[in-house]
Amino acid sequence: MHQPADQPRRSIYYDYRVHPVAPRPPTGTDAETPVLVVGAGPIGLVTALGLAQQGVRCVLLESERQVSEGSRAIVFTRRSMEILQQVGAADGVLRHGLPWRFGHSHYRGQRVFRMAAPHDEDQRFFPMTNLQQQYLEETLLDAVARQPLITLRWGHKLTGLQANDERGVSVEVDTPDGAYTQRAGWLVAADGARSAVRQLCGLRMEGAAYEGRFVIADIRVDLPLPTERLAFFDPPWNPGNTVLMHREPFGIWRVDYQLPPGETPEQALEPAALKARIDAQLADIGHAGAPWALDWCSVYSARAMTLPDYQHGRILFAGDAAHLLPIFGVRGANTGFQDAQNLAWKLGLTVRGLAGPDLLRSYSAERVAAAREIIDEASKSTRFMTPPTAGFRLLRDAVLSLSLSQDFVRPLFHWRTSRPHEHRDSTLNAPGDDDALFDAGPADGAPLPNLRLDDGSHLLDATCGDAAAGFTLLLAGVADTAARGALLAAAARWQARGLPLQVLLADGATTVPTAVSTNVSTTVSATATDNAPEAASDPAPRTLPDASGRLRRHLGAPAAGAAYLLRPDQHVCARWLAPSPERLDAALTRALA
Amino acid sequence: MSAPSTGLSLADLETVYDTLAETLDAVPAAQRELLLVKLALLQAQALGDAARFAALAATARQDL
Repeated sequence: MHQPADQPRRSIYYDYRVHPVAPRPPTGTDAETPVLVVGAGPIGLVTALGLAQQGVRCVLLESERQVSEGSRAIVFTRRSMEILQQVGAADGVLRHGLPWRFGHSHYRGQRVFRMAAPHDEDQRFFPMTNLQQQYLEETLLDAVARQPLITLRWGHKLTGLQANDERGVSVEVDTPDGAYTQRAGWLVAADGARSAVRQLCGLRMEGAAYEGRFVIADIRVDLPLPTERLAFFDPPWNPGNTVLMHREPFGIWRVDYQLPPGETPEQALEPAALKARIDAQLADIGHAGAPWALDWCSVYSARAMTLPDYQHGRILFAGDAAHLLPIFGVRGANTGFQDAQNLAWKLGLTVRGLAGPDLLRSYSAERVAAAREIIDEASKSTRFMTPPTAGFRLLRDAVLSLSLSQDFVRPLFHWRTSRPHEHRDSTLNAPGDDDALFDAGPADGAPLPNLRLDDGSHLLDATCGDAAAGFTLLLAGVADTAARGALLAAAARWQARGLPLQVLLADGATTVPTAVSTNVSTTVSATATDNAPEAASDPAPRTLPDASGRLRRHLGAPAAGAAYLLRPDQHVCARWLAPSPERLDAALTRALA
Repeated sequence: MSAPSTGLSLADLETVYDTLAETLDAVPAAQRELLLVKLALLQAQALGDAARFAALAATARQDL
């Protein structure tokens, strides 16, 4: 019988809470759920929240009874914050998170490269925010607790896969009170790097594993340094290797350092070895003898691998269960959030019967392409951080040496931070739209930028809350009331069919136009029963303040106006200088596959 | 494309020959490889032509 740890994990700054084991469903009951999410880490939690926003019920299995051991993922990108805002968890991250945007690389006591992640006053979120994963999970769990459509089962471990066919999946679940069978229409595998689901399916990842191993250690130490990414190449105490340092909230610092070749993880994590190396690193940055205490440590090896397909029958893989990406460039959780967001709306609309048979295929196609792009980029950084061969090591060492006097090599230190994938080749993009005619604004496949509006709010605020589940038709300065009225009527027809779709009007007008079809508001349902998504979308258009015309210009809309169609994950799937009801209908049909 | 270089005069080639030999002799044996790689990167930057550099690297690999 599965016996998860019942004592709180040890930490010098985080109070672990052990949750009660969820009761085993009574035997004989025909336990069935539309969606079973396996793994209540950040990716499983975001997926479950996204499904709930679609009005889709899910059961979330977590084999442990408490949040993640150690800080693990500590750097969240701007795009991740936007995704977290969409599921109602951004404020919890910002409460303690440390925002930052600079990175510094050091060699022989000199700062040889300084990176500034792009930032401007338009942005709601900093390029990066540091927070320990336990706090992130806690924030997501708070959001889950507010969501009656999610049933979270602590202490339930998936142990077997009995069926996976067109009728759904059937799995064996073990608990301290005995095993049971759970059936589900769909299964989301968000069970991490050592995914049990992936192993039970017999699926293999493709890609490369790198030789370099890193110790990851969290220490409490008082260092008068700002929140930045600090990289130290070839320090005297660890010749030829690389050391990284990040500030975390609550007086904690992450120290990552590469192991000498041939040393085992066990040797590296021996207290005496850890102490000598951390003391040496602190001395190297001018803080010899600074008192510190260890919270958590682990050994990590860089891998750049992905499953070739994230759909396996009725099973969908997301996050580390689907791909393993090098940590340099914060690509793990930040890639996984994009998977979760992409998957939740597509699976939600599929369960609700609103999607075509190919919508989930596009999840796999888009996110496998994203993983391959990331692997390509990450491999360049990894070859510099931990050179795989003698040739790469020589080049890296030559660049380090040249960097002390030669500007031209310094950009090679850039570690290519995680960024949102642009689904340019997605089958969901409207083929015949006006994308090529725009000279500004996000192209088909790209996420909408989070521009600041005239009233100080941000553009993506308008796609949160009830609107998070739906498509968005954004009309920027479409002044022709007849054309606008026809588009609103077309949108209302989709809403009446149950499709979550909101209309945003960005223009200088201060009042909502009257050409609004009001007879569709009857779809708002007061009976929130199983799969009751009817309330997901507000049929009345909302106005975004844009008296200055700034938003319209950023979207590349001429004075006569333009229209954007956004998927529920805020990626553009069509844009028009000459929108029409027919073009909107065709684009939505396409985007639903 | 700029005109192909006409190369070095014999006198200049002899100077380069001596300079490179003396530079290699001036550093410990263990650092010669690193020095040559640095030199190659500096030359590539001065050359400003990645395709030409790749062709030169292939030439250097011949007849080892």
